[in-house]
Amino acid sequence: MLKELAKGLWKENPIFRLVLGICPTLAVTTQAINGVAMGLATAVVLVCSNLVISSLRKFIPTRVRIPSFIVIIASFVSIVNMIMEGFYFELHKELGLFLPLIVVNCIILGRAEAFASKNPVLSSLADGLGMGIGFTLSLIVLGSIREILGAGAIFGVSLFGEGYLPFLVMVLPPGAFISLGLLLGLMNRISKERPS
Amino acid sequence: MGEIFILFFSAILVNNFVLTRFLGICPYLGVSHRVEMAVGMSMAVVFVMTLASLVTWLVYNFILVPFDLLYLYIVAFILVIATLVQLVEMVIQKVSPTLYQALGIYLPLITTNCAVLGVAFLNIQEGYGLLKTTIHGLGAGVGFGLAIVLFAGIRERLELADISDAMKGTAIGLVVAGLLSLAFMGFLGLF
Repeated sequence: MLKELAKGLWKENPIFRLVLGICPTLAVTTQAINGVAMGLATAVVLVCSNLVISSLRKFIPTRVRIPSFIVIIASFVSIVNMIMEGFYFELHKELGLFLPLIVVNCIILGRAEAFASKNPVLSSLADGLGMGIGFTLSLIVLGSIREILGAGAIFGVSLFGEGYLPFLVMVLPPGAFISLGLLLGLMNRISKERPS
Repeated sequence: MGEIFILFFSAILVNNFVLTRFLGICPYLGVSHRVEMAVGMSMAVVFVMTLASLVTWLVYNFILVPFDLLYLYIVAFILVIATLVQLVEMVIQKVSPTLYQALGIYLPLITTNCAVLGVAFLNIQEGYGLLKTTIHGLGAGVGFGLAIVLFAGIRERLELADISDAMKGTAIGLVVAGLLSLAFMGFLGLF
């Protein structure tokens, strides 16, 4: 149980280890707060869809499983999308296209296919939760790095005062690619030095 | 006419789907090891994106809007695209086995390509008409193709380069994509 929960954080971290779901990762992490919102929205969908798919796994015929998974996931995404639009309108506008696009986030369909469709409800729940938290944390790390370098602030709080000249490219698209690339290299380096 | 022209080229260069909008990164990183593969993938994407733009627009305006089912648009779009991809695959297999040989393996991958769903959402968001929607879909597909073919060309060279172990593979790929994106930012003031 705990093992399923913990593997999403480091060993099978969706972004840094499996390199899945990169599109929203790059697009929304101009600020740390967007990373939190996107991560949580994805985590909610992931946990709910894992739960439902795992409890229905004996009833869904194998031949039509992928379309069934997609419909289940799309329903939860619609719910999350509407809730965000209703209660957090500003954030919803900021995340824009990428909220409805959670549907095609490879992490969610990947977990449904690789884990939830083969395992009992409780471990699927733990798996979804772990992966969701791992995804959220990775988004926060990347968002913080980009916000600190690109705007000299974190969670909107200015860090270095007036004299800081922001490294603007970090909040622009190229900065997203380059910082994730370097971070990925760093993670590879760390995990190689400490084989567990 | 001029407006259509601008829409087409800005979808390719200024608002490139991969490099500035971050849509379709998974196939961008996954299918870009060889230039031939990238060309095959981009042809399949251009085809499906144009068709998907057209069909989702029709579904939205002639089914979802009249029956007041707007809250279902996410479910409806993903189903339409998944069915469309399957249909295209079957038709190509029957009509042109040669083309199927070239595109076959890439077609199933396209269902989960967020660029296809993304272009459908964008068309609705921007309120484009039928012609503009189709042109936008075509331009977005061509933009994706341009980005992935350029990237595959660089990646083939990269394999021979002496890179530290930790940066090999995806890590250096992302840095290269960043530089490519930087280059594409030069088109920003074009239109």
